[in-house]
Amino acid sequence: MKVAIVKYNAGNIYSVVNALRRIGIEPILTDNAEQIRNADKVIFPGQGEAKSAMEYLRARGLDSVIRSLKQPVLGICVGQQLLCRHSEEGDTDCIGIFPMEVKRFCPTCHEEKIPQMGWNSITDLKSLLFDNVMENDYVYFVHSYYVPLHKDYTIATVDFTLPYSAAIHTENFYATQFHPEKSGDVGSRILENFIKL
Amino acid sequence: MSLAKRIIPCLDVKNGETVKGTNFVNLRSAGDPVELGKIYSENGADEIVFLDITASFEGRKTFVEMVSRVAQEVNIPFTVGGGINQLEDVTNLLNAGADKVSVNSAALRRPELISEITSLYGSQVCVCAIDARMDEDGWHCYLNGGRIRTEHGLFEWAKEAQERGAGEILFTSMNHDGVKTGYANEALARLVDELSIPVIASGGAGEMQHFKDAFTIGKADAALAASVFHFGEISIPALKKYLSNEGINIRL
Repeated sequence: MKVAIVKYNAGNIYSVVNALRRIGIEPILTDNAEQIRNADKVIFPGQGEAKSAMEYLRARGLDSVIRSLKQPVLGICVGQQLLCRHSEEGDTDCIGIFPMEVKRFCPTCHEEKIPQMGWNSITDLKSLLFDNVMENDYVYFVHSYYVPLHKDYTIATVDFTLPYSAAIHTENFYATQFHPEKSGDVGSRILENFIKL
Repeated sequence: MSLAKRIIPCLDVKNGETVKGTNFVNLRSAGDPVELGKIYSENGADEIVFLDITASFEGRKTFVEMVSRVAQEVNIPFTVGGGINQLEDVTNLLNAGADKVSVNSAALRRPELISEITSLYGSQVCVCAIDARMDEDGWHCYLNGGRIRTEHGLFEWAKEAQERGAGEILFTSMNHDGVKTGYANEALARLVDELSIPVIASGGAGEMQHFKDAFTIGKADAALAASVFHFGEISIPALKKYLSNEGINIRL
């Protein structure tokens, strides 16, 4: 099993490497188009800012590489947001696998602090990605922008200021807003499920 | 449902080993922070804080190595702190795999440190830890583990830290620390009201009700404790069950 992690300027990629090693996978960390295309699974992680991330990906042609992939791809956090059409963050055109518009949270009360940072529960789970994951299980989020719900693409819902997409899916593309690599045993199961796809 | 309140055990580390004793059984090495961190995460800790209390250069190197072993083994977020004086220290710790760093004395001495960290790595990695004491003339911040009083007031410094980009405030009340009579809930609630970033309560936990009070009266987003967990006086699974039964949103 060859698992490639797309290497780019959007932070904490090593925690994904560590999480995969914990489930017995030795991933390849790469920005090489051939290596990415030849992998059995591709993980597109991220923690950072959308505009500079997209500029970096475009400058290396990685946006079209990602768009052309046929094997299962898992976007994480900013990786999920970049798979959408456009992000309010820096008014950025993204890769466009999903038609959604990434928006910034608007807090409705003082208790809702941006970024959302911590454990929140996911519901309406409908994907093999959540095999052995229970409704209302908690996973770890750190983000200020979110992907709205979409009737065709949302495969998990979370509520913070409003219900939005905790995970999305179309064809071979999967993506989570939360960090499975930091979400304890639930997160490990989700990564294992992705590897088994 | 919404964002859960967090329970955070804190481990003091010296020369790569935990300092305070523990009542955990089945530990191969009682002082191994990595193994202890794993047990805490398996027991339901939402995050872990590792504080380096080593003074020597060699000890610092050992701490960075420990951080990288923690990152390999522990599958929940963890924060590291103690002795962070410059941006380079932060870079080393984040590269070793820490999710967040906590700055304390060095930020009080040179507040620009917070701005430097957060403009490079984002607010979410920077926890500003504040040791403060209620003196006759109000709450004051202290340096060097509570040894040196500063003229910074708690609320004013917390606000400045927020403005400089800190993502969270970890507030330890020196009046309450080690006394086990509960957290400084009044000051906590005021911090929470005045700030727009999360506040972690620290200092004073002695029984389960104290955690509930920190979340309800003190309005804290998270509660940190050390000895009650290390000595097994409170187990995290029992605490989380209690809090959940009391109507607090907790990850079970």
